[in-house]
Amino acid sequence: MKITDYLKSNIVYLDGGMGTLLQEQGLRPGELPETWNLSHPDVITKIHREYFDAGSNVVSTNTFGANLLKFSHMELSSIIKAAVENARRAADESSGTQKKWVALDIGPSGRMLAPYGDFDFEDAVSLFAETVKIGVACGVDLILIETMNDSYETKAALLAAKENSDLPVFVSNAYSADGKLMTGASPAAMVAMLEGMGADAIGVNCSLGPKALLPIVDEYLAYASIPVLVKPNAGLPKAVNGKTVYDVLPNEFSTDLSLMIMKGVTICGGCCGTTPDYIRALTEKTSVLAPKPVKEKNITLVSSYTHAVTFGKKPVLIGERINPTGKKRFKEALKNNEIDYILKEGISQQEKGVDILDVNVGLPEIDEVLMLKTAVCELQAVTDLPLQIDTSNITAMEAALRRYNGKPLINSVNGKKDSMDAVFPLVKKYGGVVVALTLDETGIPKTANERVEIAERILVEASKYGIASKNIIFDPLALTISADDTAGIETLKAVRMIKTLLDCHTSLGVSNVSFGLPRREVINSTFFALALGYGLSAAIMNPYSDDMMKAYYAFLALNGLDPNCSEYIEFAESLPQVDMSKAAVTVKEKVDDASELQNAIIKGLKEVSAKVTEDLLKTDKPLDIIQNEIIPALDAVGIGYEEKRVYLPQLLMSAEAAKSAFEVIKSHLPEAASPDKCPFVISTVKGDIHDIGKNIVKLLLENYGFSVIDLGRDVPPETVVCEVEKHHAPMAGLSALMTTTVPAMEETIKLLHEKTPWCKVIVGGAVLNQEYANSIHADFYAKDAMETVRIAEDIYKNL
Amino acid sequence: MNTVFLKNYPAPPFDTKEILRYAGVKEVTPEINALLFDCLQEVEGVFSYRVCYREFPVSIVGDVVDLSFAKTKSCDLAKNLAGTDSFVLFAATVGVGLDRLVFRYSKISPARSLLLSAIGAERIEALCNSFNQELTAEKKAQGLFTRPRFSPGYGDLSLELQKEIISVLDCNRKIGLSLNDSLLMSPVKSVTAIIGTGTCDIKKTGQSCQVCRKTDCEFRRIK
Repeated sequence: MKITDYLKSNIVYLDGGMGTLLQEQGLRPGELPETWNLSHPDVITKIHREYFDAGSNVVSTNTFGANLLKFSHMELSSIIKAAVENARRAADESSGTQKKWVALDIGPSGRMLAPYGDFDFEDAVSLFAETVKIGVACGVDLILIETMNDSYETKAALLAAKENSDLPVFVSNAYSADGKLMTGASPAAMVAMLEGMGADAIGVNCSLGPKALLPIVDEYLAYASIPVLVKPNAGLPKAVNGKTVYDVLPNEFSTDLSLMIMKGVTICGGCCGTTPDYIRALTEKTSVLAPKPVKEKNITLVSSYTHAVTFGKKPVLIGERINPTGKKRFKEALKNNEIDYILKEGISQQEKGVDILDVNVGLPEIDEVLMLKTAVCELQAVTDLPLQIDTSNITAMEAALRRYNGKPLINSVNGKKDSMDAVFPLVKKYGGVVVALTLDETGIPKTANERVEIAERILVEASKYGIASKNIIFDPLALTISADDTAGIETLKAVRMIKTLLDCHTSLGVSNVSFGLPRREVINSTFFALALGYGLSAAIMNPYSDDMMKAYYAFLALNGLDPNCSEYIEFAESLPQVDMSKAAVTVKEKVDDASELQNAIIKGLKEVSAKVTEDLLKTDKPLDIIQNEIIPALDAVGIGYEEKRVYLPQLLMSAEAAKSAFEVIKSHLPEAASPDKCPFVISTVKGDIHDIGKNIVKLLLENYGFSVIDLGRDVPPETVVCEVEKHHAPMAGLSALMTTTVPAMEETIKLLHEKTPWCKVIVGGAVLNQEYANSIHADFYAKDAMETVRIAEDIYKNL
Repeated sequence: MNTVFLKNYPAPPFDTKEILRYAGVKEVTPEINALLFDCLQEVEGVFSYRVCYREFPVSIVGDVVDLSFAKTKSCDLAKNLAGTDSFVLFAATVGVGLDRLVFRYSKISPARSLLLSAIGAERIEALCNSFNQELTAEKKAQGLFTRPRFSPGYGDLSLELQKEIISVLDCNRKIGLSLNDSLLMSPVKSVTAIIGTGTCDIKKTGQSCQVCRKTDCEFRRIK
């Protein structure tokens, strides 16, 4: 019998702790427990057997850390094989008459995934895949991924399990006392992602005792439509007279778990500190309990690596600004690979209050697959908002979905067969919520009725893939009212019908409705408010538009979604005050004070610098402003820094202010009239993830007109060489903080000198000095960012 | 004692002077002060303060220190642990939340990124101090003395030892701390260290800067 079938009408009992028992048997500190499968098979089998004797249905193989980071392929195979044999033998030898299964146990890799560590996501998938393949070949009955404390690594492990086996997969995470994973995910976020990806059961283990886990378990039960598992610790370890004791005993443990079973948990066991006695108490105490049936929750969730966003409560705002359509500067940024520009768009939309970021980086002249993947990875490193992956390129969509850390929104599928054939398999595999446009081969129907019919057909097709209706959000499409005066009302009707007839959520890109009309913001914001009134769940919109935000906050307040109107009041207070007399005075002051920009830069005032530059551009030429205002101000600060009168944070604040002035100037320059001097390739070397220093250098170089190609951190030598070649850069900067990463720097220099002899290499970083730099054959050593600028200027002059 | 213990701490009070020292600021301007104030508001709720630790016996022959879970050659550590019979090995972290903020602002505001990083440095030191003080008091009650804490990378103690430390303390599982290929810790603001304990008190060896050979360091506390 398959465990998933048994689970439908029975409680499944797992086993308890292994590590503590092995230590009692003599496992030495630092010794790998997995090796005992081979060296002490009888001890391992005995522990498994005692769990089966105590009533466990499932024992997990002693393979928690069995992976290729710790063992060679040959060792790994023999360890897993022995581990499965030990568990099987225990099942055969046990006197227990219950159903018995053997689970392949998979714990964390012990490495932090990039960008916060250096372990690549795909490497993590391959690592887990190897363990899975061997386990499957050895004939395990299911896979238990457990004690995962990072959502990204959990995704890698589940993906590996799904891609390399057809076995049931249970996934269990370890939460900290604050109710989050170590890397920040909430239980709802984990439910969203793991259920979406097709885990057969999900839950929590380790870290805490049963009482402390209760609120987390409650959250799982509230959101999950699949079985929930719990494996708590026996409380916390304490030292009593030189012995370790756990503070929750079998009686209390089993009572607490009984309560959880009554609430709906259907799979339970123990973790650290629990023994066969705990499992025996548990099976005996709960033998009279029947499992609560698992119900479909019909809650539409998307998630990031920290939190879930629920559709249907408050309207969900999806920021539309990461999209090149009609934006010259954005297109430019995409062509030049200026990822930072995209990231800034993301961060400032978040500051405006959106819930989700739409990510569209499609442009004919760029590699969209690579760009979308990069944009998603970089965005999820700097913002915790869930993303909406927006592309019609299926390969790009899959690349982005794979790397996304959470349950994304996917934009979009439509009623055309081709579209559904391509998109639905990806939705199923990676577990997103997909936006479905109500159009098909015949186009966009005119009436609401016809659009709802398409929606129904989409639902039927999705169900063939096993995609629940909660994972589809319909976009009934806003068309322009200037072409058809019923366009607005038909869309509104469709919103309402989809909600009431199909019980599904809707999303709209509202701004199309006003196309061809003057003062479009008036129509857009009113249409937005109306659509919300008709039951719209989400909108793709421009959060910089005050009119749209006014409609949104007013809607919340008027619909009882804003207790005490506090959000509305905060928003209203943030709106610019209209005071003409005051505005006039400011303008006058500016005329009188010619060096205001210099002052703003020296003081490090970003907003003021941008504003003053904007005004100056009315009278002065862009290049004059750079020469006469910005550079002198930067020089003044730079000299102050070198003379130790100005400190690093001030230098940076000034540099940021100068940069904001540059951005304004850039947007006023005709295309191709770039004031840049020459390319400068910069990176932190392989193995090093410290980049504060590098970023400071980058900022200052940009200030002084160098076109900086920033390769980021942990950059392999080949990548540096490749970029230097591509841009024919006359100089490259390398940064390293640690002694352990200087060899990587030396290797990079060697390769650069060999392949790109024209390029001068400047090095810097905490562990370096002139002598050290000489010994690794760097062309220059720069002790700080200002010195790098001076060196770069010298090289540039002599080109 | 064969168990790794875990402690969660409340936030130790912030020391802005120390933060500014880490940021390289010797005189505060109103602009820096405003930025610092802003950063301090932003980090609210970002940190977790976790320590895991375990006690081991130690024996020393010449400059070879047998830490029970590993043997290492280090004059400086041997000197630090001379006259002790056991030590507490600990790992501490303030969590990955700050790494995220620092990374986020490295893209849009390096000044903020720098100050946030300085706050992180001050936080992890404060956490280590809390743990250290508590341990010292506890040992004192048992009639024992503690030595200044000593980390891999101090003096001639090899960073390679990090691998064994992270593994024997089960750091990934206990406090979410891991090591990358170049022996860097993630989260970045983390510390591992050894605190020797013994019956005999020795004259304070002072700040850990004393064993450091980088005498031109800007942050050096003793000249």
